[in-house]
Amino acid sequence: MARIVAGIGSSHVPSIGRAFDLGKQQDPAWKPLFDGYLPVKDWLENEIRADAVVFVYNDHGSDFGLDRCPTFALGTADTYPLADEGFGQRPLPAVKGDPALSWHLANALIADEFDLTVCQEMAVDHGLLVPLPLLWSYQPDWSIKVVPLVVNVIQHPLPTARRCLRLGHALRRAIESYPADMRVAVVGTGGMSHQLHGERFGHLNEAFDQRWLDLIESDPETLAAMTHQEIMDAAGAEAVELIMWLIMRGAMAPKVRRLHRNYYAPMTSGMGLITFVDAADPA
Amino acid sequence: MTDPSPNPRDWGIAGTYVFDGDRSRAGYAVNKLCMSLTRPENRERFRQDEEAYMAGFALSEAQKQAIRDRDWLELVRLGGNIYYMIKISATVGAGLYAMGAQMRGQSLEAFLATRQNKGAV
Repeated sequence: MARIVAGIGSSHVPSIGRAFDLGKQQDPAWKPLFDGYLPVKDWLENEIRADAVVFVYNDHGSDFGLDRCPTFALGTADTYPLADEGFGQRPLPAVKGDPALSWHLANALIADEFDLTVCQEMAVDHGLLVPLPLLWSYQPDWSIKVVPLVVNVIQHPLPTARRCLRLGHALRRAIESYPADMRVAVVGTGGMSHQLHGERFGHLNEAFDQRWLDLIESDPETLAAMTHQEIMDAAGAEAVELIMWLIMRGAMAPKVRRLHRNYYAPMTSGMGLITFVDAADPA
Repeated sequence: MTDPSPNPRDWGIAGTYVFDGDRSRAGYAVNKLCMSLTRPENRERFRQDEEAYMAGFALSEAQKQAIRDRDWLELVRLGGNIYYMIKISATVGAGLYAMGAQMRGQSLEAFLATRQNKGAV
């Protein structure tokens, strides 16, 4: 049977992708961010050795428009082309899918009353493409197969934080009912504090972000009880996308062991990174 | 548990324009134009003749004027969503931080001076 071997929360700030492509990993302004990912990538490749990852992110008007805006959508493709977000495509290979696992998850989640939109063709944007190469190798090709899970966190009404946590619980049941002997990681992306529009552009709240990093580990129920308004008021309007981390956290056991934690907020977004295994897993 | 109704508008958060159904409806054509700029040939057409390009979308005159003026705050007020609007800035070479500084009513330099490490752009 398949099992969940790691849970990861990560920001997906687009400037990280630009800095990555420009080779700024050693630039003093960027090193505190990139250095946080190095031990995580090493751990994933050498210890966790996942076969596939369920990657929770949101599209930013790159492939899903406002004509049809699914609350939750699941990719079931063989490969996912890279979206052009207005700057051209990034120099990365197309993302490799796992249609058999995707369709199993679609069947299991919808039977479990989480009615996702099933997508056989979709392009992936920075929500996925910023963290993915920081976590897994892409040369000569991706070392991991990806099941993209897309959440609407842009056009209100958004799913509640608690709905996201519950989707995570269902995702765990769905993964654990997959008959193949497979190691699956779950990544939740977004945030942390930031606001990118209005007179309040640039709003940051490091204390909020640090508390979120504490509670995503120890007390996700408290985070799940937060309203969108509370998150947006404290951490900036666009910080509401942090609710996607709760899908990852819901997929982990109630008690987890944290292995890595990093935080850096140089410009307009809190850039967080945290990793977990189930507390019952062998060290 | 549930969020309050969008009245009062923007949930009492200052300097914020909650992208709810009313705004998405008002800004539908703006955001549709923006999303069309994910295609390189459309970016080229926009750069060649912005007026002709805008004519292909059901924009209000006020929305057209906000695009002409690169008045980002006004465009937000008229229903533009920042994740979509960034496609215009990508097309014409404005940057997110310049857009943000303008929405704050500051110069880019003054805005960057408020950041922890402005080298990380």
